[in-house]
Amino acid sequence: MSRWLRRALFALVVVYLLAPLVVVAGVSLNPRQVLFFPPEGVSLRWFGTAFTDPGWYRPAINSLLVATFAALIAVSIALPLSYVVWRYRVGYARVVMAMGLAPFALPPVITALGALALWIVLQSYGRPHTVVLSHGAFLTTLPLATLTVGLQNLNPQLVEAARTMGATGGTVFRTIVFPYVRPYLLAGFVFAFVLSLNEYIIAYMTVGFTFETLPVKIFASLRYGYSPVMAAISVLFFAVAVALFALVGRVGDLPRLLGADERA
Amino acid sequence: MSAPTAGPAISSPADARSGDGPWPHVLLAWPTVALTLLFLVPLGIIAALGFFRRIQAGFFEVAFVTDNYARALDAFHLERLAVSVVLALAATLVTLLLAVPFTFLLTRRPRARQVPYLVLVLASLSLSEVIVAFAWSLLLSRTSGVSNLLVALGLMERAASWSPGLPAVLLAYVFIALPLAILSLYPTFSRLDQELPEAAGTMGATPLAGFLTVVLPLVRRAVAATGALVFIFVLGAYVIPQTLGRPAQWTMPVHITDQAIMKNHLPLAASLAIVLLVVSSLVAIAIVALGQGRWPRLALPGRAR
Amino acid sequence: MSADRPDLVIQGLGKRFGATVALDGVDLRLPGGSLVCFVGPSGCGKTTLLRVIAGLETPTTGHLRLGDRDLTRVPVHRRDVGMVFQSYALFPHLTVAENVAYGLRIRGVKRRERLARAQELLELVQLPDVADKRIAELSGGMRQRVAMARALALDPTLFLLDEPLSALDAKLREGMQVELRRLQRRVGITTIIVTHDQEEAMAMADLVVVMGDNRVQQVGPPLEIYRRPVNRFVAGFVGRNNFLPARMVAPDAVEVAGVRASVARDRPAPPVGTDVTVAARPEALRLRAQAPARPALRGTVAMVRDLGRAVETRVRVFDQELVVSGHGGFAEGDEVWVELPEAGLVALAA
Repeated sequence: MSRWLRRALFALVVVYLLAPLVVVAGVSLNPRQVLFFPPEGVSLRWFGTAFTDPGWYRPAINSLLVATFAALIAVSIALPLSYVVWRYRVGYARVVMAMGLAPFALPPVITALGALALWIVLQSYGRPHTVVLSHGAFLTTLPLATLTVGLQNLNPQLVEAARTMGATGGTVFRTIVFPYVRPYLLAGFVFAFVLSLNEYIIAYMTVGFTFETLPVKIFASLRYGYSPVMAAISVLFFAVAVALFALVGRVGDLPRLLGADERA
Repeated sequence: MSAPTAGPAISSPADARSGDGPWPHVLLAWPTVALTLLFLVPLGIIAALGFFRRIQAGFFEVAFVTDNYARALDAFHLERLAVSVVLALAATLVTLLLAVPFTFLLTRRPRARQVPYLVLVLASLSLSEVIVAFAWSLLLSRTSGVSNLLVALGLMERAASWSPGLPAVLLAYVFIALPLAILSLYPTFSRLDQELPEAAGTMGATPLAGFLTVVLPLVRRAVAATGALVFIFVLGAYVIPQTLGRPAQWTMPVHITDQAIMKNHLPLAASLAIVLLVVSSLVAIAIVALGQGRWPRLALPGRAR
Repeated sequence: MSADRPDLVIQGLGKRFGATVALDGVDLRLPGGSLVCFVGPSGCGKTTLLRVIAGLETPTTGHLRLGDRDLTRVPVHRRDVGMVFQSYALFPHLTVAENVAYGLRIRGVKRRERLARAQELLELVQLPDVADKRIAELSGGMRQRVAMARALALDPTLFLLDEPLSALDAKLREGMQVELRRLQRRVGITTIIVTHDQEEAMAMADLVVVMGDNRVQQVGPPLEIYRRPVNRFVAGFVGRNNFLPARMVAPDAVEVAGVRASVARDRPAPPVGTDVTVAARPEALRLRAQAPARPALRGTVAMVRDLGRAVETRVRVFDQELVVSGHGGFAEGDEVWVELPEAGLVALAA
């Protein structure tokens, strides 16, 4: 593939991925309450509204809270699970592992419907903790994948060496395994956090009418009232995601976190 | 240096285990409970829900009726199912056609140069489907979209609205699927031994011929798995077909959500969901199986010296 | 140089990767039909040079000519090279025969013909029975030979090998060195082997190119490199050597450790009065119980190792330790005289 073909393909993908963002960013700059692109002028007022209008910042805060706790839950499930599968030989661990990887193999609408059904049966429908727990389980796949990759790269001889020096289970984990998988743990947390922040269908089906998250609010606005605030918020969210992932890339080795092998 | 060698004899401590005590079970307790309750149980409920009866007052009552499945499999819904599958397959195909060469070429670049692209891909993956739908509706609208650009360039006479409609749905599907596909293919492509396509080059294969005869056969399983993943993800998307599609493009998730929330008919929604699940699993398995089969022999033109 | 065995001429070749210099001005003429070894420590640029010759890297400066054809900008798939990679790079999804026949398949040769030719080549490398096996079933030595067969399948003009023997164990390696030499003689193809093992280079090559510091340090037949190294790097890298500080006291003599000794007259001598380093091979030194008639240094035996084929004696002379390889006969603590070589010491820049 000649050099120009490669450049063209890269350019196509980059443009394709960025085009919607560019449009959204442009729309967010409209001084008037219209969704014109290119924008009629340049105004940052809608970014201000995102922070001052409770109709917008409350769902934003809801989303941040849900995302934080859901990501914590996802990680709390993924870490012991991946560690046990790596370190010990327990039959049903693989089954649980499959359960952890499976949610992403389900069409998302089915996961959402399942969550809805579950919370109705448990008579918790509409309460905030429902979306946190459902997100947590759904997003477990992400830290599970990153941690599995990380542990695969960990030379088991390190554990053996520690044991010859007298370290037992907890110590081995604390001193050898945990420091090593920390970047993978962080990456998994960040992935789960960012995806929870932007997740729509599960949030809609579980708490859509009671505890609005931002995507739900945006969707409602799409149908019932257009405003550049939606665009401004989208830009902010994208910027947050870029910043978080860039941070992960700076602190850790992003290619390796995503599954590339050791050599440069 | 990844000739198909034997790696270290022990690849994980689990391979060399002796008595472990209660620890593994203690550690597994929370994951098992959480995943069973939050993943398995809901699935079971949906499976059962399809047989319950819907009542006007509340949600449903426990019963055993087959009306829901009968309706889920009627002509209307079967057509919707077919449309959903075809749309998802089309989106999957386009996504793979873009993602496979892109990921391959990306992993040939030095690691440091890959990072900006990876950040872009990750950030795009995290965009809410709602935002994606919103952005594409703008991008394809008459007043502020791409068609205006084409008019300015003289390639079109008048601006047109391409949303809602089939192109909009497909473009948006590919948009949300592309980052997923790239990230799914990334580990396999980045671990691909550089020297294999190089060796092909020393034997006279052009870069394209080398890609087709050496690289692709080695990654076909990963490509198939990615295809299955993308297919399922797209098939189960709600916002995009709902917002960017006309009723002709409203896929199963749209109807499922409609029945569940708007029409309060949970049993029907559940039976539709199970039907969708069964069909999507079958198609996904077929895609993965396609990846296991023998790669068709690619006939290459003779190389003149 | 003959028409079908052209010389490979490299002029002013340089290669940079960003800010890093991998090759710093290489000039070489490699005669057609010869077996050349590029040898040097890790990072000296020898593999980069090989890859540039193969066309897998483009040089930043300089030219590459094979006979009268300028190869500098020609892409790899249009050069006429056969290459064996360090990891062999055999295609895991093809059988042995399909691997060997790959180049022919690209050329459009029909299946029956190319598989027949593959079998011919497998017999050439003495693997007549493996055609239908998968790569994973083969041992390291077998894979290496399959890689060679594959590289030779298209009758290339250049045969390039990147550390072909480094993955093999010692016994196998020795056997393969001989076989490679025989194969090359038989096929007559211009061959370049990259190795970090200088003994291997000495054993196989017609021409040795010693590289260090991203440039060529010395080029020549093995014996010349061994006996007449041009600088300290080459003297120390190829074979083992003892080094001593000395001073030129005459055009053909130095004073070393207070003793006057003769210096080999094969090259212009440094001016009288300059400080030099003299080198002497362990096997060129002799141990004597009494002071001999010829120039010798006095010292004490520090360690003796009997290696079976020779006895290695380490003698402490002032603050240096000299290694002497020979018949031994002394024990730790003995006072000995180390007799300097009759052919003279090799004088090198200090």
